[in-house]
Amino acid sequence: MTLGVSETQSPDEGLPTDALVETAEAKEIEGRSPGEIAWARLRKDKVAIISAIVILLIIAVALFAPLIVKLNGFPPDQFNKVDANGNPLLNTRDGGIPIGGLWGSGTSSEHWLGIEPQNGRDIFSRLVYGTRVSLLVALGGTVIAVVLGTVIGMVSGYFGGWVDTLLSRLMDIMLSFPSLLFVMALTPVVASRAQDLFGMPDNNTLRMGVLMFVLGFFGWAYLARIVRGQTLSLREREFVEAARSLGAGPNYVLFRQILPNMLPTLLVYTTLLLPTNITAEAALSFLGVGIKEPTSSWGRMISDASAWIESNPLYLFFPGMALFITVLAFNLLGDSVRDALDPRAGRS
Amino acid sequence: MGRYLIRRLIQAVFVLVVISAITFFLFWATPANPALLICGKNCNAETVAQVNATYGFDKPLVVQYGQYMQGLVSPGGRTIGSEGNERNCPWPCFGESYQNGIPVWNSIKDAFPATLWLALGAAVLWLVAGVMLGLIAALRKGKFIDKLSVGLALFGVSFPTIVFGYLLLYLFIVKLNWIPFPDTANAALFSVGPVKWLQFYILPWITLALVFAALYTRITRANMIDTMNEDYIRTARAKGLDERTVVFKHGLRSALTPIVTIFGLDVGGLLGGAVITEQIFSITGLGKFSIDSVLSNDLPAIMGVVLFAAIFVVLANIVVDVLYAVIDPRVRLA
Amino acid sequence: MTESVTSAPPADTRAGKPFLEVKDLQVHFPTDDGMVRAVNGLNFTLERGKTLGIVGESGSGKSVSSLAIMGLHKGSKAKVTGEIWLDGAELVGMSVPEMRALRGQQVAMIFQDPLSAMHPFFRVGDQLTEAFLVHNDAPKAVAKKRAIELLDRVGIPSPDKRFFDYPHQFSGGMRQRAMIAMALMCDPSLLIADEPTTALDVTVQAQILDLMKDLQKEFNSAIILITHDLGVVAKMTENVVVMYGGRVVESGNVRDIFYRPEMPYTWGLLGSIPRVNRSGDGRLKSIRGTPPSLINLPKGCPFQPRCDYQEHVEGANCSTELPELLQIGQEQHRVRCHIKSEERRQLFTEQIKPSL
Repeated sequence: MTLGVSETQSPDEGLPTDALVETAEAKEIEGRSPGEIAWARLRKDKVAIISAIVILLIIAVALFAPLIVKLNGFPPDQFNKVDANGNPLLNTRDGGIPIGGLWGSGTSSEHWLGIEPQNGRDIFSRLVYGTRVSLLVALGGTVIAVVLGTVIGMVSGYFGGWVDTLLSRLMDIMLSFPSLLFVMALTPVVASRAQDLFGMPDNNTLRMGVLMFVLGFFGWAYLARIVRGQTLSLREREFVEAARSLGAGPNYVLFRQILPNMLPTLLVYTTLLLPTNITAEAALSFLGVGIKEPTSSWGRMISDASAWIESNPLYLFFPGMALFITVLAFNLLGDSVRDALDPRAGRS
Repeated sequence: MGRYLIRRLIQAVFVLVVISAITFFLFWATPANPALLICGKNCNAETVAQVNATYGFDKPLVVQYGQYMQGLVSPGGRTIGSEGNERNCPWPCFGESYQNGIPVWNSIKDAFPATLWLALGAAVLWLVAGVMLGLIAALRKGKFIDKLSVGLALFGVSFPTIVFGYLLLYLFIVKLNWIPFPDTANAALFSVGPVKWLQFYILPWITLALVFAALYTRITRANMIDTMNEDYIRTARAKGLDERTVVFKHGLRSALTPIVTIFGLDVGGLLGGAVITEQIFSITGLGKFSIDSVLSNDLPAIMGVVLFAAIFVVLANIVVDVLYAVIDPRVRLA
Repeated sequence: MTESVTSAPPADTRAGKPFLEVKDLQVHFPTDDGMVRAVNGLNFTLERGKTLGIVGESGSGKSVSSLAIMGLHKGSKAKVTGEIWLDGAELVGMSVPEMRALRGQQVAMIFQDPLSAMHPFFRVGDQLTEAFLVHNDAPKAVAKKRAIELLDRVGIPSPDKRFFDYPHQFSGGMRQRAMIAMALMCDPSLLIADEPTTALDVTVQAQILDLMKDLQKEFNSAIILITHDLGVVAKMTENVVVMYGGRVVESGNVRDIFYRPEMPYTWGLLGSIPRVNRSGDGRLKSIRGTPPSLINLPKGCPFQPRCDYQEHVEGANCSTELPELLQIGQEQHRVRCHIKSEERRQLFTEQIKPSL
């Protein structure tokens, strides 16, 4: 027996290299799937719970907008120049500023958040309906971006070769576009194209569709890059190799094996893309290329209110806060989801 | 290095050509006849034909695109206008506005300084604020100041520019009256002097910088935390270096490297116009010019400003890659 | 002179005391999930010119202990207790500036992965001179001369040119040599090498180990060699400490550990060394199970959940009572195990040795 003086490397015992931390966690997480662990972490996260509740409330507002507006009895497009008793609500001599209410905003027991200057539309009702537009457009844009990004990224990463080269260049080009500028310039163009192609009138249904399309079209490239990278590394993993050696086709591998492993990334990206798109929709409507009168949207309301910022600051405050709170809630939830799925991804 | 730059520049030109082609065909292929946009309510068959001849709309799109590109490439610019009314559009020719006939390049040149000041001032602000907050947060990880910075950063990224900008405008201009209402004349530093100029730009700078500052805080913090856990930081400590040297010489050097990239791209992106901030504070920069052009369907103007902005983005990409290679010896330009 | 250790001047204290003495060292990290007890009562001594091997699996506390000697836990959340005496000075209670003056100067460390342990953005030469200049008020030229000398000494060809290279331009073996040169910049009397050869391929490994031995003779430094590779231990060390779950489970001179091991964990480690002339079916034996959680250490013997020899202990002592680290024989051979010493020896000669 020659003792130990072998030049051969002793085999790695196959133990975790970072046992200090790993073993500490191993005990707690034994026998649970990563999804369950993330869910458990998320449920303990107070910030996540509160943001989720806020988001659910906002979604409920959007869904039940007609019911909610029935409560106060003022349809969003109705001009309220006089109250039920025939008393004027707007000061016609003063450019149509609401009479009374908090800071000249016309708030009252009927008009909870006041009325618009000049034509007296109920701000609460418009805000409630605006929620619909904001969420719907953002959601649509996000879905398009995520689907496009996932498919293009997976195809690019999985097939490689010239397909990859071509699609990667495309991503580079998409990412070099000055995107807000381009989205802004493109929205009216796409709208008129769509009118021509589908014979649709330039109404807000069309506008919403166009906004979704444009936001989606300019939002996919970044995700595609991430997905491509992940596909590249997943493709080399043993379970994929094993499936391929057993004769599994690209469809099976892509959708049954690679996609499920990418769900956490997609989930995180989706929750973070939503607020970005909500902001973008508001910005476009604010600039006048998004939703148009008479449909209300938060960005539109902010734009309208900006003219009255001196005489009626609350008019601007309400849609501004709605936008801020919604975006904040989504961002907080997105951060929590990311931390829950991957606590080591540097709590940034 | 020289060869690398040449290759990158050729690539950049290629990207710009692709962008110009896409933009051109998308915009000019609009079914609404551009001629109708120009003559407006006075349109009749005769005027339409005249406008078509003047602007060359009667030619195939590809030919129109070729002419457009000629104006950008050929040193002498190109000739525009109908027969008998020809005039030279000097290089770089982005065409003439449908609205007022002014060469688009002149409008871009006039609008650019305001955007440049806005972007640069905001960039300095967000870089300093973001990196400092992020650094402090990382070094005091888990302490109160860290939690405060993380909270502020999250607040900042969630504050839509349109809301934040008007909030500042209301607070400092309307309510507190510390700053006069924005007056475009004050954007010119050399004619109005620094005080008015600063008063004009300070709120736009803060507005534009907020989201970036918040993002940079998060990135700096995350990078710095990662870096301070690197083995080479432990090595630096094991040498007996004092903590200041460890943090600022060994740590910050690595942590800031990715920031350089992002910073270059962000500034490059803004030089094409900060649309929302310019709109809120009535700054007559490229952003305002572009939104006005979009709203009035002024195709040559839109096309010009989009291309102009794309040039900055593409150039910023090259600058950033070269800078990265200078900072990180592992990166080789090839 | 008096016999009182505490009041005696340092020169005299040193006389009877070992060069390095670690007494009851404990390192605990508070985390969200609970207290991670990484090191729980480590004791050993080391003289100049000698080498001590610390062996154990990942997470056994060996690297954490070495960082404690370097004082690198200071300023972190880690709680370090016990005593570390180096050349008459106590390190655990030492202030950060004092400790900083020792680091690199008296105690230097060679890290495991030289690629990540060297700063990617600085030239190798600058990283070497930096180590010198912190502790020596000397002109840069002197530091540079020394760095080139040492690069030459550790076997880097054309060191005056390589001085200006970046770490990524070095091969793995060369980086490790540069790392060793960096550690030697200030003639440290204690050198801690944490897995110095793990990241290298076998031929380079042997060269690096030979180099370290030569340098040790030349500089008369004490070396702590941390590794999970018993081959390296056999080649390099005089004394060995086997760690498991943050505790010493067996320690002694290298011959005792290799020829007369008495702790089942040590048997397992020995059984996992690949050897060409292995008898039996020629299979390597791995130790079943995984290392213990350092948050919830087993109540009794830390190795109990993975130990195959528990039936040799009466009652259920293994899972309820922590065995003491007891000395056996004359030399400093100590073992932490409930099985009686004679029975352990018998088990080793009858069951373990034949299959090694």
